[in-house]
Amino acid sequence: MIQSFFNPEIIVASWPIVRAGLLNTVLLSLLVVPLGLFGGLILALLASVKHPAVRWPLMAWVDFFRAFPPLVLLILLFAGLPFAGLELGGFVCVAIAFFLNTGAYYGEILRAGIDSVPGGQIEAARSTGLSRLQAMTSVVLPQAVRNVLPDLLSNTLEVVKLTALGSVVAVPELLYQARQAQSLTYNPTPIVVAAIIYFLMLWPAVRLLSRLENRAFAGP
Amino acid sequence: MNGPIVDARGLHKHFGALHVLRGVDLKVAERELVFVIGPSGSGKSTLLRCLNRLEEPSAGRVVVDGIDMLDPRTDINHARQRIGMVFQSFNLYPHMTALGNVTLALRKVAGKSRAEADALGRAALERVGLGDRAGHTPGQLSGGQQQRVAIARAIALEPRVMLFDEPTSALDPELVGSVLEVMRSLRESGMTMIVVSHEMGFARNAADRVVFMDEGAIVEEGPPAAIFAKPTHERTRAFISQIQRH
Amino acid sequence: MSSWERFAETFLNTKVMLKYLPDILSGVVVTIELAALVVVTGIAAGLALALLRSLGIRPLNWLIVVVVDLFRSLPPLVVIVLIYFGLPSVDLSPSGFVSTWLSLAFVLMAFSEEIFWAGITAVARGQWEAARSTGLSFGQTLMSVVLPQAFRLTIPPLTNRTIAITKGTALGTVVAVTEILGQASSAMSNSYNPSPLLMGALAYIVLFFPVVVVARWVETRLAWKR
Repeated sequence: MIQSFFNPEIIVASWPIVRAGLLNTVLLSLLVVPLGLFGGLILALLASVKHPAVRWPLMAWVDFFRAFPPLVLLILLFAGLPFAGLELGGFVCVAIAFFLNTGAYYGEILRAGIDSVPGGQIEAARSTGLSRLQAMTSVVLPQAVRNVLPDLLSNTLEVVKLTALGSVVAVPELLYQARQAQSLTYNPTPIVVAAIIYFLMLWPAVRLLSRLENRAFAGP
Repeated sequence: MNGPIVDARGLHKHFGALHVLRGVDLKVAERELVFVIGPSGSGKSTLLRCLNRLEEPSAGRVVVDGIDMLDPRTDINHARQRIGMVFQSFNLYPHMTALGNVTLALRKVAGKSRAEADALGRAALERVGLGDRAGHTPGQLSGGQQQRVAIARAIALEPRVMLFDEPTSALDPELVGSVLEVMRSLRESGMTMIVVSHEMGFARNAADRVVFMDEGAIVEEGPPAAIFAKPTHERTRAFISQIQRH
Repeated sequence: MSSWERFAETFLNTKVMLKYLPDILSGVVVTIELAALVVVTGIAAGLALALLRSLGIRPLNWLIVVVVDLFRSLPPLVVIVLIYFGLPSVDLSPSGFVSTWLSLAFVLMAFSEEIFWAGITAVARGQWEAARSTGLSFGQTLMSVVLPQAFRLTIPPLTNRTIAITKGTALGTVVAVTEILGQASSAMSNSYNPSPLLMGALAYIVLFFPVVVVARWVETRLAWKR
């Protein structure tokens, strides 16, 4: 059992490959999380314009990406676009797909946050002479972000986990590297190691989220 | 039956380092209305909650209607049917109608059919003056009405004793009267009642006995006239004069 | 040939589409089967764990928390790969379908346990006390008083999470499950034409978009009634 799943020799031999993957996963996350947040912010600010001509298309946009599997989006960009003469490479495709997909999720969360701030806050800010945008960015958004912080954290966790999709389009992140190492060694140990790395990396965030979401049990 | 219907002896309760009840003895006779007063944190609510074992006493003995409440062989759920409880915050089930609230235990614990339970439930709602509100959910009722539904929920099980834990403290002043009215009619029907409350006027008119608690112990007790007019202990005097100033 | 015609010829090629329509449809069936299995088993297991947790047995609760945390931390694709490529080393060879089903069900179990548990703990202490004071047992209180209130709170997060995880059936393509994406990809490489891929994408929209819209509707309705 240990020989096949947690073989020390294989761990040592495959470590450089897996390590490079870990590094890329971290870098990829550092790229796609801000990218998604940026996309989400644009959507949320647009949604705060309550006009139906803006609101409905936005809602459809968000719901479209909530319904569309991110992997399908990624494959569409990676394998479909070359037929139109556009070869973007796995990395750029991942960036675009994340901007669209996670942007929609972040946008929905930020919109809910903005909705949770009482209208009086904008009125108070405007009454002191702040512009709409100023009132939004310096009065409403800070409160909105605080109100939905657990959801933002939860989504960020999902985004980092989603970077594993990069392995399908040959982005050399953690899972891709682990599978390379597995096929080189004919042993699943590198994948187990990758799983352990994901767990150790993300567990603190999962624990923190549980703390934020759960109160003490009232029964029995 | 001549013995007391509620007989609690040597009750102690610790919450961690906090010693909330420090040896309380309380006997209540059948048809008696005992009124428990005292400053907040004196252990009044904890005493009530030990009587039906919502709180587990750290030491002592509780016998209600001949049943040893702390005996592990006692079917506590069965015993609790005989002890009605009314809470400060009503604790009505928000997902059920008034009738649903009243009939849940009738069906699940007393084993009544739905038709039987509904009939008993409607009668109980009738007794608290809410016969016409059976189909309303708690959210559609005022605070006073909610508390009366909570009383109906307890009396529908035909308890031998009723415990009231600050039943009017969460109510707007104009709604207090309707709840006290129901409690008064319950009293007249001969219900044994233990009431923790700050409604001194009600205590004066309706109570057989007033018990003053402080720091987890009973300081003194007696007929309301005696306790309110000439309390023997300094602490009782201080508490009553403070209450009456408001 | 105009550029539009060339575009249509490439991406919306009706001949290719018609040829591979049966493949895509069989993929749709597999996706629906997989999704239904994941939803039913995942949510049932999550609810069972949450109920077990409410019993308050210490060592059991620790175990539940660790398992839940594990499947909340791991990317679903990693779990799938681990089961599909890892288990054969101990002479268990689950198919791609079974690997994907198990993995997503475990992930949904973990998230739904967390959501059910949050719902159960959000029900006020007074509700337990009122029910217990009328003689209801622990189990009766849980079933008749606490869970009905908890479910209301759990529906919006649970539907969102279920949709997100069910979309993950597309991951099955990595381990050779012949669901929509798998069928579309192989049709694309057989025909050297991306039209089947667009057809597959359309199939996902047809399948999931109504679910998302209904979920949004349910969410706003529950929000009003509160």
